[in-house]
Amino acid sequence: MTTQLLLVQALNGLQLGILLFLVAAGLTLVFGVMDFINLAHGVQYMLGAYLGAALAAATGSFWLGLLLALPAALAAGLLLEVLVFRHLYARDHLAQVLATFGVILFLNEGVKVVFGAAPLQVAIPPVLEGGIEIMPGLQYPLYRVAVLVAGLATGGLLWWLVERTRIGMLVRAGATNAPMVSALGVDINRLFLLVFAFGAMLAGFAGVLAGPIFSVEPGMGDNVLILAFVVIVIGGIGSIRGAFIAALLVGLIDTLGKSLAPDLLRLVLDPSAARQAGAALASMLVYVAMAAILAFRPAGLFPVRSS
Amino acid sequence: MRQAWLPLAVLGALAAAPFLGFGGSYETTLMARAMILGMAAISLAFLVGGAGLVSLGHAASLGIGAYAVAILDAHGITDAARVLPTAVGAAAVFSLVTGAIAIRTAGVHFIMITLAFGQMAFFTASSLAAYGGDDGYTMYSRTEVMGTRLLESRLAFHYICLAALALTWALCAMLLASRFGRVLRASRENAQRVEAVGVAPYPYRLVGYTLAGALGGMAGFLLANATEFVSPATLSWQRSGELLFMVILGGAGRLWGAILGALVFVLLETWLAQQMQHWKLVFGPLLVLSVIFLRGGLAGLVARRG
Repeated sequence: MTTQLLLVQALNGLQLGILLFLVAAGLTLVFGVMDFINLAHGVQYMLGAYLGAALAAATGSFWLGLLLALPAALAAGLLLEVLVFRHLYARDHLAQVLATFGVILFLNEGVKVVFGAAPLQVAIPPVLEGGIEIMPGLQYPLYRVAVLVAGLATGGLLWWLVERTRIGMLVRAGATNAPMVSALGVDINRLFLLVFAFGAMLAGFAGVLAGPIFSVEPGMGDNVLILAFVVIVIGGIGSIRGAFIAALLVGLIDTLGKSLAPDLLRLVLDPSAARQAGAALASMLVYVAMAAILAFRPAGLFPVRSS
Repeated sequence: MRQAWLPLAVLGALAAAPFLGFGGSYETTLMARAMILGMAAISLAFLVGGAGLVSLGHAASLGIGAYAVAILDAHGITDAARVLPTAVGAAAVFSLVTGAIAIRTAGVHFIMITLAFGQMAFFTASSLAAYGGDDGYTMYSRTEVMGTRLLESRLAFHYICLAALALTWALCAMLLASRFGRVLRASRENAQRVEAVGVAPYPYRLVGYTLAGALGGMAGFLLANATEFVSPATLSWQRSGELLFMVILGGAGRLWGAILGALVFVLLETWLAQQMQHWKLVFGPLLVLSVIFLRGGLAGLVARRG
């Protein structure tokens, strides 16, 4: 394990973290504002990836695909809200978990019917092909740098929207105490619709960005969803800052763990055993971190609710 | 217990089924699967409906029980007298250790932390290369009972599953009705008041959580023997979601609803899968609709009629 390899893995980890943040941001605000557990948020990420891939193939341009996929992901999110989620706000978490679980089954199967079960390949746009030298003798793929930059920019925009605008103030207030905001005359359901639609679009955006890096396939959202939940629970539910820090943390732990754990275990185990145990340990690391953090801070790192 | 006729009728129907033309290999396999998942669902209903602990990692206890059977099988240990206690014990220990941490949290955090522990068990199972890793492990034969191949008999296995199901139900119902269960139910409603009365809910919840895990382990023991195959999919979070769904479909307020939920779930899934390739396109929306419109679950529906 050289310093260069470590640097590359750290960058990959940050980039996974950024994608996780884009997914987790919508999830955490929806949860914060409406106390609504949306397991289907992961399939919205998947839907974004498929829409991006299909529209890019249809138009022949990655950029047009991206541009068209965003409103399409937004529309899909609104449709879900009207058809399903709207009927579940007043229900308990259990009902929400299960109904959105049904949505996952439907959409995972749905993309299989429309696009086939085989993974889709998405080409990197020509402008972003190749690599850039981030250190003497170390090339890093340009597309991945672009994802990192785009994700950071979007994260910055989101932070500005939530922390510095009037709408953002209402969203934050809603996440802290929804009944109070509602009593002050704010239409909490409309506020939620806004947050929800925006969150769906962010998840879709992350999906489009992920297309050329990961394979676009049915069920791709499931793992991301679980990681995003880990992120919002570690970060403190409803907190954008918490989600950002936790997302980078989870991205780094996951990526570095996967590349370092087998090597570290090789010091004490024989190579094949180290490889197997390392892979298992690496997959588990984020959950271990989450359990450890919750054991000491049951409300996460940056709790929003004061109660 | 006024509506207890329905679960008793269901158990009776399951008992009579092999003699009413449902004794074939296909039907008994299907019923065994439904009964075993029913056991796991009841133990989860005990947690969710009884103690208010919504676990999204209950499949882990099922899978640990099943893996105990597979791992002992790989080492030539196939005697039920050793396999069953190991399966139940392993699942109980896992639940005790993870529960000790998880029960400190509440609400959605509890859901997520149980999910996290379930995922840890899932990834551990996937990494067990000696026992099949991702591909799973095929057993040579079923567990022996006192040197006999009792479990190989379709009919005997059917009644063993039925007895285990009835036992699980009776045990959980008795527990909920006892003083122990009253504390659990009271702390579901208001943990602070329970504490004010001078009873700490934590040890009660932990014991309840461990018991549910042990029962899940027993279901896992039977599941491994039913399919003679064990894979990490048994521990996946989707399976935990399915178990939760069985509980809700049946009606979380009533323990026996879980039996109903598991039966309907397995039969519907199997029937739909025969009708069409993309059956989940219908199954998913059915889940959504049943959650939105079927409050109180199937058991609630029956109770309202009755």
